[in-house]
Amino acid sequence: MKKGRVWKYGDNVNTDVIFPGKHTYSILEPEEMARHALEDLDPGFAQKVKPGDVIVAGRNFGCGSSREQAATCLKYAGVQAVVAKSFARIFFRNAINQGLPVLQSEEAVDSIEDGGEIEIDFKRGSIKTARGDFSFPPFPESVRGILEAGGLISYTKKKLEKNKERRY
Amino acid sequence: MGMTMTQKILAAGAGLESVKSGQLIQSDCDVMLGNDITTPIAIKEFEKIGRDHVFDKSKIVIVPDHFTPNKDIKSAEQCRMIREFVRTKGIKNYFEVGEMGIEHVLLPEKGLVVPGEIVIGADSHTCTYGALGAFSTGIGSTDLAAGMATGKCWFKVPGAIKFVIDGRPSNFIMGKDVILHIIGLIGVDGSVNKAMEFCGEGLAFLSMDDRFTIANMAVEAGAKNGIFPVDEKTLTYVEAHSTKKYRIFEPDGDAEYDKHFRIDMSVLRPTVALPHSPGNAQPIDAIEDINIHQVVIGSCTNGRMEDMRMAARILKRKRVAKGVRVIIIPATQGIYLKALEEGLIETFIKAGAVVSTPTCGPCLGGHMGVLAKGERAVSTTNRNFVGRMGHRESEIYLASPAVAAASAITGRITNPEEMTN
Repeated sequence: MKKGRVWKYGDNVNTDVIFPGKHTYSILEPEEMARHALEDLDPGFAQKVKPGDVIVAGRNFGCGSSREQAATCLKYAGVQAVVAKSFARIFFRNAINQGLPVLQSEEAVDSIEDGGEIEIDFKRGSIKTARGDFSFPPFPESVRGILEAGGLISYTKKKLEKNKERRY
Repeated sequence: MGMTMTQKILAAGAGLESVKSGQLIQSDCDVMLGNDITTPIAIKEFEKIGRDHVFDKSKIVIVPDHFTPNKDIKSAEQCRMIREFVRTKGIKNYFEVGEMGIEHVLLPEKGLVVPGEIVIGADSHTCTYGALGAFSTGIGSTDLAAGMATGKCWFKVPGAIKFVIDGRPSNFIMGKDVILHIIGLIGVDGSVNKAMEFCGEGLAFLSMDDRFTIANMAVEAGAKNGIFPVDEKTLTYVEAHSTKKYRIFEPDGDAEYDKHFRIDMSVLRPTVALPHSPGNAQPIDAIEDINIHQVVIGSCTNGRMEDMRMAARILKRKRVAKGVRVIIIPATQGIYLKALEEGLIETFIKAGAVVSTPTCGPCLGGHMGVLAKGERAVSTTNRNFVGRMGHRESEIYLASPAVAAASAITGRITNPEEMTN
């Protein structure tokens, strides 16, 4: 459990402004992806973000492309979690697969100001802000399995090892 | 309770008798797709799994189409990495420059997707194949990596929104106008994690190319997939392109839908999505004088044969406006050749447009038509987000090939109905 600064944005933050398409062919290292995080939305973000900070946004966060770099660049920029009113589905999948927590809570988003402080308790499923405590719905079991394994790749690796005798 | 068309396909893929909205399932996949920007990351993740082989060499399709023909050393290195993977893993469906095309136009053309299949692709516009009555959806590179190892993918079974399409569209109305109108109606999050299921008598007036365009942009409303029923047009297309076995699914009569919409195409106007959201759709009559610097006709949304024919019909014996750059990109080698045989390429060049080999280039600000600060484009592509085609202070107006071609001639956003030939 860690306190973090809030970076608050609006509705429909899309993958092009999170990680521009023009960089997708030239950058393969996650640390370098992080240096371009939110480049076309908030050009100062990548320099100023600190480990443990939290992105808070409105509806449909991560809409647009399937590019995984949008989740990866935030994770490697040190973002602890993204709290939004709702998420676009491919971004949501990518974040889970990368082990970046994505939390949905309309009330929490409305109560948080940009630059404020936020504390997330993943075990209890709660978000603490200056204006109170808010809960977020727990992940379904299979999604929890992926997160607990540390992402989809280690989850798949473990599963394949378990089923070694039969071709999966 | 009955199942929607999408739910029936997913139930079959997961080997279950029935599924319901919200259920998490693991399903077999018939086709898994990657391109030159998502596959390199998938390869890195695949290697971490520690498997030396893919689950099925014939079910993986890789199409380098975004930064190809390679624009610089870095993009060339990415493609080299893909080529090496394809060679060592023995992947059968890889399409090199010369035989490639824009992935979502190429796969149906090559007969690689047929009705009833489950398709995942590390590209958000993978939803295009719903036009063929398949379940197909975009996933990330890590999903593709896991899929290449296991042949399976996790899905949350979506609910659905039903769109009843009625009415005969007027002359210059295309699939693009239908889908832009719908996204304007329901919003860019109007269908998040849901299926968009299209039906109705109006489908008889929508060609396969129109349907591909409509299904392609389902993701711009946040949808998991867009899907059309399989009718005679679908089967004619499939039989002309594929020898794969297909399976026809229909929604149950008592299937439950979260919402219903009725779209009357007879009153639909040419539609344009203003910057910076595909949801900012406006009928062309509401748009005032807007000067443009560039026109792009192409992409996985509108680079098909009928799109080329519509553009040529409008550009024939005309000149593009002085100072406007017009870039036309047939989406596959097959379409390029056919356009050449039909004399369309000659029409384009005589009109003052440039014609490019297939590439996604300009759509994502990659190459072949990047916008400078303050520039404005009319584009038949699918996204007009800030900075999508170049500088963050450039602007994109999304429209059909008819509107784009008419605008190329006048140098401002123009109703194709005003053009006379």
